[in-house]
Amino acid sequence: MPLLEIKDLHASVADKPIIKGLNLTINPGEVHAIMGPNGAGKSTLSNVLAGNEAYEKTSGQILLDGVDVDDMAPHERACAGMFLAFQYPVEIPGISNMYFLKAAVNAVREAQGKDQLDAMDFLDLVEDKKKMVKIRGDLLERAVNSGFSGGEKKRNEIFQMSMLEPKLCILDETDSGLDIDALRIVSDGVNALRSADRGFLVITHYQRLLDYIVPDFVHVLVDGQIVKSGDKDLALELESGGYASWVAE
Amino acid sequence: MKIEDKKSFDEMTDKEYKYGFVTDIESDSLPPGLNEEIVRAISKRKNEPEWLMEFRLKAYRHWLTLEEPKWAKVEFPPVDYQALSYYSAPKQKIDAPKSLDEVDPELLATYEKLGIPLGEQEVLAGVATVAVDAVFDSVSVATTFKKNLEEMGIIFGSFSEAVENHPELVKKYLGTVVPYKDNYYATLNSAVFSDGSFCYIPKGVKCPMELSTYFRINAANTGQFERTLLIADEDAKVSYLEGCTAPQRDENQLHAAVVELVAHENAQIKYSTVQNWYPGDKDGKGGIYNFVTKRGHCRGDNSKISWTQVETGSAITWKYPSCILKGDNSVGEFYSVAVTNNMQQADTGTKMIHVGKNTKSTIISKGISAGQAQNSYRGLVRIQPTAENARNFSQCDSMLIGDQCGAHTFPYIEVNNPSAQVEHEATTTKIGEDQIFYCNQRGLDTEEAVSMIVNGFCKEVFRELPMEFAVEAQKLLGISLEGSVG
Repeated sequence: MPLLEIKDLHASVADKPIIKGLNLTINPGEVHAIMGPNGAGKSTLSNVLAGNEAYEKTSGQILLDGVDVDDMAPHERACAGMFLAFQYPVEIPGISNMYFLKAAVNAVREAQGKDQLDAMDFLDLVEDKKKMVKIRGDLLERAVNSGFSGGEKKRNEIFQMSMLEPKLCILDETDSGLDIDALRIVSDGVNALRSADRGFLVITHYQRLLDYIVPDFVHVLVDGQIVKSGDKDLALELESGGYASWVAE
Repeated sequence: MKIEDKKSFDEMTDKEYKYGFVTDIESDSLPPGLNEEIVRAISKRKNEPEWLMEFRLKAYRHWLTLEEPKWAKVEFPPVDYQALSYYSAPKQKIDAPKSLDEVDPELLATYEKLGIPLGEQEVLAGVATVAVDAVFDSVSVATTFKKNLEEMGIIFGSFSEAVENHPELVKKYLGTVVPYKDNYYATLNSAVFSDGSFCYIPKGVKCPMELSTYFRINAANTGQFERTLLIADEDAKVSYLEGCTAPQRDENQLHAAVVELVAHENAQIKYSTVQNWYPGDKDGKGGIYNFVTKRGHCRGDNSKISWTQVETGSAITWKYPSCILKGDNSVGEFYSVAVTNNMQQADTGTKMIHVGKNTKSTIISKGISAGQAQNSYRGLVRIQPTAENARNFSQCDSMLIGDQCGAHTFPYIEVNNPSAQVEHEATTTKIGEDQIFYCNQRGLDTEEAVSMIVNGFCKEVFRELPMEFAVEAQKLLGISLEGSVG
């Protein structure tokens, strides 16, 4: 069964249609990249998938593991294994990263019928995953994303992703604002999470990220529709030719 | 999906006030209205000595000359003081209960519903660490743990008992921190107070358990005017907690209490309040007017008074727990969380009056507004000319949930000694939908997310609460804000 099936999706922001008939299927183990120019609907797609109420799905179907997500609140989608690494992770003052993550991990575990992690088990898990994204211990003690640099925020997203062990990982322009070293660390983290039963949807504006996270499929998103799909070479084509020819059509 | 969410939020908003039940109990009430005869009648019912009746009458006569204060940022229709009943006591089979067995079982059942460990079996089992004095309407019902405390010389019980058994102590301290002329509501209280709690910790005694008073208004059209007097003698130490609930009624009920604390040399008093009076419904109908005067006097050198309050209830809150730092090196602290939702209004804060040398005060205030509520911090820091090297630190943070509520800060600072150090910090933040969505995306539902963000915001205050009550306070905050994010 596909991990994610998007059928003829239409979505609007403030009554303005942005996604206009999008189809996409992601099977377990696959990494799909969606590339597109500014305004193509990349972030709208990730927000609609995650159930952000500021984005309205007007028609079509989104199936996660064969289940229609229409009736699922954002936290239920998260508990069902969908994870969105945000383009702009928000700051939440007053709550330590560790406390936040423990609550999140246990909420997801509870929804999946697993036992709650106690403090010791949780710390073991943290130690384990910390190395993967080379995140500094003191960042975990600080309030969620508060005073983090752009790179630290993105690394924190990948760290959270590794802790929550989702089925479907959506990366929304995770490369934006990252220098080359940070990009490598984040990509290494993502690559370490690749597995036969996990799917990825990597949304990006630039081909650069795909040098590090090599996709199985590349889709070009223009004006709310996928106008071309191919393998990783399509990304290189785009890099040299740009989006101009697509936008003109 | 959007529509369903909206519906479920509405359902949550409509969730009833958990403590809104009325106990069907016969009460002995005076007719509504206020005049000298009523004041005398209250005093008579309580078999008070002459001097106390005189205290009441002086206060009543002074009250007639006063007008309600208008400076607070709260709005409400005029209170008809002649429509209120100033005395209501649950009718007992016998005059005064000698033990819990003699207390009306209906009353005990009420306290059970409220989750108060009034039963003495807990004492026998040795599990409870809290002594409770419960005030129902205006009369103190029963005090647990009395014997244990008596052995240490601690006096803890109803105000009326103290008047009867320790008149010299009551006479010595009553009105010395909050004089009967203090302000409109305190003066009214001085005239008509019917009961409350009294506590005396003798020299050198560290009270081994939390002392706690539970207040409940039951009868309709009744004002509750309790009076709390707490004295920590030299080198004594005590931690005291009060909690309050009221039935859900469509009309507004007046609660005008007075709390006086006295800390002698080297004494420490920690006074914590979890206030959950009925806040009115979501349209602003009903609810308690909580107009309270609380003040502590650091009378001796090196004394310390610490106020911690978690205010989630009441239609209107008007209270400023204050410290007069008279003793040299004395310390005053004020930690406050005030939550207002729907149509609630709060105007709360503190006064720190530095008189002695090297006196220190700390103010941490967290105001949270949701719905259409208005939440104001109002605080005074005054450094008197005598207060060499006084120090104050104030931090006032406001959090807004939604875009129809208001947060206001009114700090007053008066420095009359150049050696003083006074710091004031203030912030305003808003819980954003983006923060909620972020939490949702990590698997936390919206209520959990709000509660987590708000608790994070308040944690500097919660860690000052006695441990048993910190958890309760966190839960209460969650309940108060249910449905506030939609």
